Amino acid sequence: MINLLNHILLILLQSEAASSGVKERLLEGLFNVNINNFLVLSSLLFVIGIAGVLTRRNVIVIFMSIELILNAVNINLVAFSRYWFLQSEGKNAYMGEIFTIFVIVVAAAEAVVGLGIIIAYYRNKETVAVDEIDLMKW
Amino acid sequence: MMEQAFFLILATLAVGAALSVIIQRSPLYSAFSLIGVFACLAGTYIMLKAQFLGAIQMIVYAGAIMVLFVFVIMLLNIRKEETALDKYRYLWLLSIPFAATLIVEVLYTILKVTSDFTSLPEMAKRPEVGDSQSIGYGLYTGYLMPFELTSILILLAIVGSVILARREKD
Repeated sequence: MINLLNHILLILLQSEAASSGVKERLLEGLFNVNINNFLVLSSLLFVIGIAGVLTRRNVIVIFMSIELILNAVNINLVAFSRYWFLQSEGKNAYMGEIFTIFVIVVAAAEAVVGLGIIIAYYRNKETVAVDEIDLMKW
Repeated sequence: MMEQAFFLILATLAVGAALSVIIQRSPLYSAFSLIGVFACLAGTYIMLKAQFLGAIQMIVYAGAIMVLFVFVIMLLNIRKEETALDKYRYLWLLSIPFAATLIVEVLYTILKVTSDFTSLPEMAKRPEVGDSQSIGYGLYTGYLMPFELTSILILLAIVGSVILARREKD
């Protein structure tokens, strides 16, 4: 497990490692997943994203903070996927990663539609500050 | 030991760049910081043996979505500086106890609930998990229905963005 850097070097220098077989070139990842580290990183990113949504006025930065929140969720999913793979018999270890792919797709769709709304609004009102966007207030 | 150092470097860079996202005045610098966050998270995924997701993270997030963000920022060309609202000047003092409570709560839960986890290193020898083959197998067998529904979602997003961005003819 100390050989992580060695594996990365093997991937970077694939031509060198071609003779030693396909499996030797695969990155093996962490064997002892201390899942607390990843959960703490995820919660920190999540809190930072929420702070960005709550404090910033530029609606584009708010969208970026939402992307940050979604990435915090993705770390949780991937870390638990790896953890489950280590804990179980290795069955269905890719479920969390498949869910992460769905999250990425939904984030892309959300960014496209949200930025379309921003462009349409800016064309009419010349502003992207959220406190000036009050068209639907009663 | 080395893994821990690697993770600490990546996590520190990610949190610092995330703080930079919400602190920077200019939206363009925020976008660049967000690209840094995505790169660090891609490294984290590779550490977790999700190489395919690491590549997808760089290609889709840092490549496609952030280019879209930068494109919109450049297109709108917002020069005006953000100013704090006078109306809520003293309300931010209220946020400190709430934020501290939230952080302590989350950390307490994480450290308490997951403290008895142990890992089984012998199970990790299988090389086929985390690459595109196993994920593609899962997507086209067990998760075919949500995969196909995702295509409908993308179609809706395309049509919606085209309609939203269309200029009205008089």
